Amino acid sequence: MNYNEIISQLPYKKPFLFVDALTHMDANGAEGVYTFCKEASFYAGHFKDFTVTPGVILTECCAQIGVVSLGVFLMMQEQTDVKDLQIGLSSTEMQFYKPVFPDEKVRVVSEKLYFRFHKLKCRVKMYNASNEVVCTGVIAGMIKSHKNG
Amino acid sequence: MDKEVRYQKLREIIKIYLPEDVSIDQVTQDSHFIDELNINSANLVDIVLDVEDAFDIILENEDMDKLLTVKDALQIIDAKIKNK
Repeated sequence: MNYNEIISQLPYKKPFLFVDALTHMDANGAEGVYTFCKEASFYAGHFKDFTVTPGVILTECCAQIGVVSLGVFLMMQEQTDVKDLQIGLSSTEMQFYKPVFPDEKVRVVSEKLYFRFHKLKCRVKMYNASNEVVCTGVIAGMIKSHKNG
Repeated sequence: MDKEVRYQKLREIIKIYLPEDVSIDQVTQDSHFIDELNINSANLVDIVLDVEDAFDIILENEDMDKLLTVKDALQIIDAKIKNK
């Protein structure tokens, strides 16, 4: 499968798409990368005197690569229509270890805990370019297409 | 396991997922999970997964579609146990 097709089905676009490329997908998890663009508007205010990527944005990046992209992949594997996706974040539990600065490239790896009744729950890990763990956590969301109601 | 025991076991599971503003005393067999107990659809999935473990049964997507109230859940559990 062409992973770009998965990215094109994601319901995000710039400036809120935090997936540059998906590098591996299988039934049990996903892996992908993203480089935080230093022009991103949130850097102007986070923080006033010290520029660092907000934790919520790191969480969002983990969710887009590790959970939503995986969900789209799994639905495509099941031949489910992935047009008009309905997506909602249901829970996040994150721990942060290293700051991520503007222009840093990160890699997200996820492991599926379960995908049942449209709920996808994954363990996620983000690494920086030096392969140090940036953050880890568990993220869950609801994902379904309009057609399977 | 009789009906009352199953109901109590289900209530113990529901209790874990109730939002802070809903108490277990408000839960009756007629309670609607989403509209009355304010349980979101993601937590309803967790309730179902816990129910599967607690009663050693497996629910299908069709069961999930029919599961709106506490009574619906009990009926599904009863039917699944009977057909084991």
